[in-house]
Amino acid sequence: MTDFFCARGLSCIRQDRVLFQGLDLELVPGQLLQVQGKNGAGKSSLLRLLAGLSTPDDGEILFQGLPLSQQLDQFATSLCYIGHQSGIHEHLTALENLAFWRAAYELPYQDNLNLLGELGLAGLEDVPCRMLSAGQQRRVSLARLWLTKAPLWILDEPFTALDQHSIARLQQRFHQQLAAGGAIIVTTHQPLSVDFPSLQTLELAYRW
Amino acid sequence: MVMTFLRRELVLLARQKADWLNPLLFFIIVLTLFPLGVGPEPNQLRIMAPGIVWIAALLSVLLAAERLFRDDYRNGVIEQLVASRQGVMAFVLAKTAANWLSTGLPLVLLSPVVAMLLGVDKAAFIAMMLTLLLGTPMLSILSVLGAALTMSADKGGILLALLIVPLYIPLLIFASAAIEAAGMGLSYSGQLAILVAMLLLALALVPLAVASALRINVS
Repeated sequence: MTDFFCARGLSCIRQDRVLFQGLDLELVPGQLLQVQGKNGAGKSSLLRLLAGLSTPDDGEILFQGLPLSQQLDQFATSLCYIGHQSGIHEHLTALENLAFWRAAYELPYQDNLNLLGELGLAGLEDVPCRMLSAGQQRRVSLARLWLTKAPLWILDEPFTALDQHSIARLQQRFHQQLAAGGAIIVTTHQPLSVDFPSLQTLELAYRW
Repeated sequence: MVMTFLRRELVLLARQKADWLNPLLFFIIVLTLFPLGVGPEPNQLRIMAPGIVWIAALLSVLLAAERLFRDDYRNGVIEQLVASRQGVMAFVLAKTAANWLSTGLPLVLLSPVVAMLLGVDKAAFIAMMLTLLLGTPMLSILSVLGAALTMSADKGGILLALLIVPLYIPLLIFASAAIEAAGMGLSYSGQLAILVAMLLLALALVPLAVASALRINVS
């Protein structure tokens, strides 16, 4: 089970600055990894490396025992990545945005109204997303987590702009995912309020 | 997947009408100004018509190209789509199709009006319509490529023009040559065959390049 997802000796250089080097991490199913660090410490860069969007300057990332670069397509089907941008188009409604992501993840068609109602967006399904508040937009963006069956989630600052109630609901969803044998990598500045027995934290130091 | 994506693009175009109406208006304005500027001498206009129509078409498609990926790049749709990988090619095809439906097809439909404005005869008019029908899809394909390469550049507009206009030139040459030949009563099937060949080649290869350009821009 130890070979679900791990990284060895990762280094990342951005604009002549070493963000981190020799970084090791290991994730087993059912585990939550929280990446912490100051602004500019390289949290988002690390997440983008782990999501296969960019290649590390040194080191390797293994998914199910194989290097990521050899199986990007299989890896992508096991991954749900939500970056710090919302990934929703502001001229489309919540329903249209969800329909887009449902198609992109090749999920079967299903009525999204119930899901949006559950997330406290009832009555706002047909409003273009630019009319919604930042927190509501974030909720539309995160609604994908209730659709996806991917075992690995990589989320960049998912709690930004969310109210207490939505944060609790998202953490509840985290519990479901972990209980189902999935794994989550998340960056956040807030401490996680619900106890996660499998929580592992990784502190990235800001380097000059 | 392509149909869902295409529907999304068309909904977006219906909500952001300036994106496709401005290039179209530009096309019409250029073509109405030419008879005024050059003078009402019908023969002169008839000789210049093939070049005028195609240059106006190139520039109007170029005008629509800059904003193609801008919004989706800024709000992170492209980054997250690239991370999911399977949707990228369908997204590129949907963008291309929507771009042609909104900027290329209207030019084909406007061509009777254009023919009237420039006083071209019937044979040249049919050739003009055929070249626009075969040529504008290629314009869309190439402008999607240019937009994908320059979407992360801050002021990508002029860079886009520099990259893409040279690729438009063969199209301009063969399309206007076809209309010219038709105006002189000659056969122009050779030029049309070359247009079809260029279109098929672009259709087969360019989407792959666009998908890679999207990947490079978010890495």
